[in-house]
Amino acid sequence: MHSGALTILVIDENRIRASIIEAGLRDAGHEHVTVIRDVTGIAKRIAEIEPDVIFIDLENPNRDMLENMFELSRAVKRPIAMFVDRSDTASIEAAVDAGVSAYIVDGLRKERVKPILQMAISRFNAFSRMARELEDARTELESRKLVDRAKGILMKSRGLSEGEAYALLRKTAMNQNRKISDIAQSLVMAAGLLGPENNA
Amino acid sequence: MTARPEHQIDAAFMPLFDSAVLIAAREIGFAEREGVDLVLHRETSWANIRDRIAIGHFDIAHMLGPMPIACNLGLTPLTSDTIVPFALGVGGNCVTVSNPVWEGMADHGAVPDLDPETAGRALGGLVRQRTAAGKEPLRLGVVHPHSGHYYELCYWLAACGIDPLRDIEIVIVPPPFMADALAAGRLDGYCVGEPWNSLSVARGIGHIATVKAKIWRNSPEKVVGVRKAFADERPDALAAMLRALHQSARWCQDPANRDDLALLMAQPRFLGVPPALQMPILTGRLTVGDGVDLSVADFFLPFDKGANFPWKSHALWLYTQMVRWGQVAHTPKNEAAARDTYRPDLYRAALKPLGVALPGANAKVEGALAGPTPVGSAGASLVLGPDGFFDGGVFDPDRVDAYVVAQAARGGDQNPGR
Repeated sequence: MHSGALTILVIDENRIRASIIEAGLRDAGHEHVTVIRDVTGIAKRIAEIEPDVIFIDLENPNRDMLENMFELSRAVKRPIAMFVDRSDTASIEAAVDAGVSAYIVDGLRKERVKPILQMAISRFNAFSRMARELEDARTELESRKLVDRAKGILMKSRGLSEGEAYALLRKTAMNQNRKISDIAQSLVMAAGLLGPENNA
Repeated sequence: MTARPEHQIDAAFMPLFDSAVLIAAREIGFAEREGVDLVLHRETSWANIRDRIAIGHFDIAHMLGPMPIACNLGLTPLTSDTIVPFALGVGGNCVTVSNPVWEGMADHGAVPDLDPETAGRALGGLVRQRTAAGKEPLRLGVVHPHSGHYYELCYWLAACGIDPLRDIEIVIVPPPFMADALAAGRLDGYCVGEPWNSLSVARGIGHIATVKAKIWRNSPEKVVGVRKAFADERPDALAAMLRALHQSARWCQDPANRDDLALLMAQPRFLGVPPALQMPILTGRLTVGDGVDLSVADFFLPFDKGANFPWKSHALWLYTQMVRWGQVAHTPKNEAAARDTYRPDLYRAALKPLGVALPGANAKVEGALAGPTPVGSAGASLVLGPDGFFDGGVFDPDRVDAYVVAQAARGGDQNPGR
């Protein structure tokens, strides 16, 4: 029993994260990987796939439904044990911190499962890091645009050069102990309130 | 700024109205007054709450009453010792059915009066008619297999001659998805807390057939589940938290605060549904369908009638239902684990300094009080009951064995292999 290649199911509504995990598992030599994003009709799919290991992102609101299904589906190989080894608290914490839960079929040796779990954890973390960096970049871009607009407003309304406008923004930010982008946002908003002619 | 609070406590909740006492404790300032910096975390599943309380992300959480018992009995994939020192109210759930099912029930004598007996008999008639016609069994949704919803739904169905394990199909659906599943025809009905019943009625896609408050008067629902390690290590923090919850529950019960509470719960970070949809649970005045309005006595009580007391008889009744529906074997050890999960001693110890009314006992015979009854309690007044089951059933927590035997004769699946 369970001597062949492991069958792994990934249930994740996030398309990008799911493909990152799938790619990781395939790179590690796991050929039988299925990704499901929509849980509608999932009981039938699970019965067909007969997974040894199931990963679900923690944010999935259907976890209660899925867990109950694992309990009840006698046809499925009953993957009810979570994280395979309940005494391995470090792995469990790492998984929950990363935002992934793992359900492992009964009787599977933990040495076979642990590398897969670690792979999923590291891929989830990598995805979070990427999402955070993307968010940072977006914020950075937004604030640069705001500063540009604020400079434009100052140049137009006070006849300043671009360098002078930027220096004024920076000085105001320093005096008020705020970020330049915050000052720029206030200025853009105020200009918008005062009249469209000022809103460059 | 105010002084730095003594205790930081991380608490999780699910977007359901009966998290109100926990949320108001933070938002109205009761926690702060007790020196507790209560940090609220909205969660997406009960499984998440269970896992994150197990690894210590949360100290306490809004939980289904049976959930900590199931945890301590080892019925869940990931477990930690969890105790219940406080209940978040009694009542609050409804059974809502789709319009076609309600029409079918009406053909079998259902009338819009929320009476569990009439509604259950009518549903039974419809179920038998469908079976005879070779149709698929009706599919009903509940929020979790270890929930008051599941047990009261099964109790109601079985008492009305419907076998919940064979005559119908029961599936798990997250509360906020119930109405959509009903509209899409993926569910024929469901048992859930508010506002998710009134939402379906307001959308014109369902009828409220009956209510928890009529199936079992003043019956247990959500609780505050506490990580036992937290309770052991920080007893002062827990006691302060329980006092804050007590004050918050009193505030939530006061009709003068209904509008404020409805506005609070309506915020997107809590429930995100309009204040008007919070009013049925706050007033007990329900629109059940087709414009019929009904007032339900004790529909949901966040405070009155000892609603916050963690009765051991509640824990034990929930345990007998786990036994009845094949979730756990009845053994003296399991019974003790269920009884020990609910901790009225901690409730008493925390609230004693406030001089508030406390029940004289830790358990009561459920179904013994036919009407509101003042109970003896040091100086202050406390009214309990009625606490009857709609079918006249009585649960004596001192006679669990006899109850388990008797209920098996009324339907169930008491032969788990585990």
